[in-house]
Amino acid sequence: MDALVNKRIAQVIKGDQNAFAEIVELYQHRLYQICYRMLGNKHEAEDIAQEAFMRAYVNIHTFDQNRKFSTWLYRIATNLCIDRIRKKKPDYYLDAEVRGAEGLNMYSSIANDDELPEDELVKMEIQERVQYEISRLPEKYRAAIVLKYIEELPLAEISEILDLPLGTVKTRIHRGREALRKQLSNL
Amino acid sequence: MKTCPDYIVQYMNDYLDGDLEPSEERVLKENLVTCQDCQQIYHELTKTVAFVQSASQIEAPRGFVEATMRKLPKQNQRSGAQRWFKQHPLFTAAAIFFVLMSAALFTSFNNEQQFSFTKQPNVIVEGNTVIVPEGEVVRGDIKVRNGDLRVDGELHGNVTVVNGQYMASSGVITGEVEEIDQVFEWLWYNIKEGFKDAASIFSNEAALVND
Repeated sequence: MDALVNKRIAQVIKGDQNAFAEIVELYQHRLYQICYRMLGNKHEAEDIAQEAFMRAYVNIHTFDQNRKFSTWLYRIATNLCIDRIRKKKPDYYLDAEVRGAEGLNMYSSIANDDELPEDELVKMEIQERVQYEISRLPEKYRAAIVLKYIEELPLAEISEILDLPLGTVKTRIHRGREALRKQLSNL
Repeated sequence: MKTCPDYIVQYMNDYLDGDLEPSEERVLKENLVTCQDCQQIYHELTKTVAFVQSASQIEAPRGFVEATMRKLPKQNQRSGAQRWFKQHPLFTAAAIFFVLMSAALFTSFNNEQQFSFTKQPNVIVEGNTVIVPEGEVVRGDIKVRNGDLRVDGELHGNVTVVNGQYMASSGVITGEVEEIDQVFEWLWYNIKEGFKDAASIFSNEAALVND
């Protein structure tokens, strides 16, 4: 696959914009998934995933073809996601309905420090719950956990994507896992 | 309830990442056998991992590729032109040739502002007018630049007047008469002349071959 991707990249560099469509085709689902798991919102995920592809396109000539394209692409995407999370931190849609909680909006849970009441958690579908718990992790743990357990990438690759030493990645995964364990202790 | 050392949890995490030394693994296992709390933690950790991994793989929405491609910046004009030139080297060469050629001709048109004419015996010059007097016979072509031509006698040849006027008169001209007073006509004339020269070279060669 890398050979094919590199061939397409060479075409894109020569100015063939259509060759990039195939690259988007190949990586769209994985990239979208990373963004969605990081951001927990479909619209934002789509927005950021597109932005990531666009940046990859614009900066394609800076990509070192001896390396893995996916690593480079995921790095762009995770950086964008982390930026987005940091920017909008205090920005909750207060009147947005909370997933799986009919008639319940953020106003009703804000007093609980962004934590849903126990009975609401129990009512959640398992898939919603996974996403909810991931999105409660601090963003630096979140990226590591998503790449490790959802994308199932090797630690070495995660360390390259996040531009962190291997030891730091391990620590973040440990802490993220520990945080999740506590969040899920009622499961 | 005894508290186990912190490194036990660290061991658990290392174990889950698959990089726990065998000796440490033994320590961890012995610990898990004896300590209920640690067992509980370990159980929760594995459950957490399974839980996160149970997240279904989600896919990008329909039309994602098209939407993304639409958002890409359009290739800018300059690089588009560069690409076109690269793809059509012959056209590019022709275009460059044409540009340089016309520039050269254009300058030559502007530079040649002074009055000049083909030297022929029997012609008279009055001011800026070249005259073939009555009764005289000129054999050969006459080219006048920045001046007029009047033929009262006989001229056996072609006439070219650049930036001037050929004055119709009672004279006899056996060749073609051409008046040029526009830059583009001048260009066109030069190009035609160039081709004629080239053609004559070829026909000369052909003649040589035939000989």
